Amino acid sequence: MALPAIAFYLLAVATVVAGLLVVSAKNPVHSVLFLITAFFSAAGLFVLMGAEFLAMLLIVVYVGAVAVLFLFVVMMLDVDFAELRQGFAQYLPIGGLVGGILTLEMIFVAATVATNGAAGKNALPMASPVGVPNTEAIGRVLYTDYIFFFQLAGLVLLVAMIGAIVLTLRHKPGVKRQDIGKQIARTPKTGMEIVQIKPGEGISE
Amino acid sequence: MTFAANFSLVLPEVILGASALVLLVWGAFHGKVTPLFTGAAVLALLGAAVAAVVGPHGHAFNGVYAADAAATYAKVAIYGFSALAIVLGDRWLAARGDQKFEYAVLVILSALGMGVTASAGDLISLYVGVELQSLALYVLAAFRRDDAKSSEAGLKYFVLGALSSGLLLYGASLIYGFAGSTRFEDIAAAAHANHGMGLLFGLVFLLCGLAFKVSAAPFHMWTPDVYEGAPTPVVGFFAAAPKLAAMMMFARVLGDAFPDSVAQWRQILVITALASVFVGAFAGLAQNNLKRLWAYSSIANVGYALLGVATGGETGLHSMLLFMTLYMVDVTGFFACLQALSRDGKPMETIEDMAGLVKHRPGVAVAMTAFSLSALGIPPFSGFWAKFYVFGAAMGSGDVLLQWAAVLGLVGSVVAAFYYLRLIKTMWFDAPEGAVDKPQPIARAVGFVAAAFSFPIVLVALIWLDPAARAAAAAFGHA
Repeated sequence: MALPAIAFYLLAVATVVAGLLVVSAKNPVHSVLFLITAFFSAAGLFVLMGAEFLAMLLIVVYVGAVAVLFLFVVMMLDVDFAELRQGFAQYLPIGGLVGGILTLEMIFVAATVATNGAAGKNALPMASPVGVPNTEAIGRVLYTDYIFFFQLAGLVLLVAMIGAIVLTLRHKPGVKRQDIGKQIARTPKTGMEIVQIKPGEGISE
Repeated sequence: MTFAANFSLVLPEVILGASALVLLVWGAFHGKVTPLFTGAAVLALLGAAVAAVVGPHGHAFNGVYAADAAATYAKVAIYGFSALAIVLGDRWLAARGDQKFEYAVLVILSALGMGVTASAGDLISLYVGVELQSLALYVLAAFRRDDAKSSEAGLKYFVLGALSSGLLLYGASLIYGFAGSTRFEDIAAAAHANHGMGLLFGLVFLLCGLAFKVSAAPFHMWTPDVYEGAPTPVVGFFAAAPKLAAMMMFARVLGDAFPDSVAQWRQILVITALASVFVGAFAGLAQNNLKRLWAYSSIANVGYALLGVATGGETGLHSMLLFMTLYMVDVTGFFACLQALSRDGKPMETIEDMAGLVKHRPGVAVAMTAFSLSALGIPPFSGFWAKFYVFGAAMGSGDVLLQWAAVLGLVGSVVAAFYYLRLIKTMWFDAPEGAVDKPQPIARAVGFVAAAFSFPIVLVALIWLDPAARAAAAAFGHA
C-alpha cells in the first residue's frame, strides 16, 4: 500500500513544482520544457488512477505534438526577453494583490472542504465496468453518449483550420504550377510560333 | 431515446453544420463569392431558424442539449441576425476588395456555436459552444488581415478570450468536482442539497468567464479596442447575436443549474451590472470614435440586461430576453447606417465626421437619430420599452438591493444621455463637413427598417414579442 502513496506524492510534488517553474522560468524555452515535465508527471498520476489510456494520450498528444509545437514557436519567434520582463516591477503590486487574494480564497475553500467534505457524495469518478479496459470503456461512450460533443469538437477544429487559412494564405499571382492536362493538350501549334522576318528588321519581344 | 429522436431535436445544428461544410467545399472549388453563394448561406441560417421553430421540444443526448421555448426564441434571433450580418458584411467587404467566401462560413459556424450555448444543458456543451462561437469571432475580427487595426483587434480578442475561457473552464472543473456531474440537472440537485463553498467558488469563476464574453465590467477592457479595429459590419454582428448568446448562457447556468442559489449569485450580478452601466456611461463621455462610443454603449446596455438576469425568475429573464431583442435591432441598425456612410471612399467613424449629416443624407441622419434616442431610452422608442421591462422587473421583485440597483441604473442612463444627445446635436446643428458618398443600398435599407422598428413598428411587434419572450422565460429551470 505504501508504494502507490509514495509514487503519488512524488508525482504530485513534481507536477506542482514543474507548474510553478513554467510560469516563473525566465527563458520561455525552459518554460516549455518544464511544461513537458508537468505533463509527464500528470500522466503518471493518471496511471495511478487506473486511466492508462488518458496517460498515454497525454504523452502522445500533449508532449509529442502540442509541447513540441510550442517549442518550435518559441524558438522561431524573435522574442526579446528583456522587453518581456520590462513591466514586471510595475505590475508586481497589482498582480501580487490579485494573486494573493486568489490564493487565500483557495486555501479558505480547501479548508472548508477538508472539514465538511465535498458537496457531492456522488463525486467519485465512474469506474469502468469490471473486465472492460478503460480504452474500450472510452471507445464505447465516445461515439454514443458523447457523439454530440465529439462532433462539435470536430467543428471547433475545423474553424481553427479555416481561420488559419483565411488569415495566412496568400495567392501569389504569376506562380507557375504544373497542369498536367495543359501539358498533354499541348500541340506543336500551341507550343510554337512561326514568325516571318523581313530581311534587315529583326524581331523584338 | 433513439438516435432519430435525438437527431430531430438537434436539427437546427445539423442543418447549419452540414451547410457550412457544403459552402466550404463550394467556395474552395469555385473561389468567388456570387450572390447565389451568399443567398445559400442566408437560406441555411433561415432554414435552421425554421427548424428550431417547428422542431419538437425535449432534451437530447441524455439531457446535455435542451430544445425548449427559450432555445427556440434565442435561436430565431441569433440565426436571423447572423443572416443579416452575412448580407451586410458581404457587400461591405466586396466594396473594399476583401471579399472571401470564408466570411459566410465563419458566420454560420459561429451562429452554430451560439445556438449550442443557447440550448446548453451541460457544462461541456456550454464550453464547446462558447469556443466554437468565439474562435470564429476572433477570425472575423481580424478578417481584414492587411489592416493593422483589424489584426490588432483579432489578436486582442483572441488573447483575452483565451484567458476568459481559462477562467470559465476552471470554474466548470470546480463545479464538476463538487457536484459530481457536468449536467445542469444534476448540478441543480447537488446545489439544492447543499450549495457548499466549493460549488459557489466554481460558480464565481464561471460567471467571470461569462462576463468576459458578454463584455460586462470589470471584464470589458477588450470591447472598445476590438470594436474600433474590426470591420464595421462585423462589429454590428459582435454587438448583436453573440451578446444574446452570452446572456442566454447566464440564463442557462443560473436558471437551470443554480436556481436555488439566487441569494448567492444575485449580489455578484447586481455589482457587475451596475459597474457595466457606469463604466459604459462615464467612459463613453470621452469617446470621439463612434465605434468606440457604441462599444461603451453596448457595455452599459449589457449592464441593464444583467440586471434582468439578476432579478431572475420568469419576470427577470423575460425582461432580459425582450431587452436584448430590442437592443439587437437598434445596434444592428446603427452599425448598418455607419457602414453605409463614407466620405471620399473613407469610412466616417468619428463624431466630427457626422457634422451636418442631415443636410446631405437626411434619411440616414433621421435613422441614426432614432437609434440614439432609442438607446437613450426616450419613449416611445424601442429602447424605452426595453428599459421599462428591465426596471419594472427589478422594482417588482421586492428585493431592496435590486430596487436600488434599478434606481442607480436609471442615473447611469441619464449620464449616458450626454453622448447620445451630442451625436444628435452634431448631426442636426453643426456645419456640414462636405459631401457624403452615395450610401450602400442594402446597408441603408437595413438601417431604415431597423429605425422604423425602433419606432413605430415596435409597438405592434411587442404584442407578439412579449408573449413569445414570456413563454421562453418560463422554460428555464426545467432542466
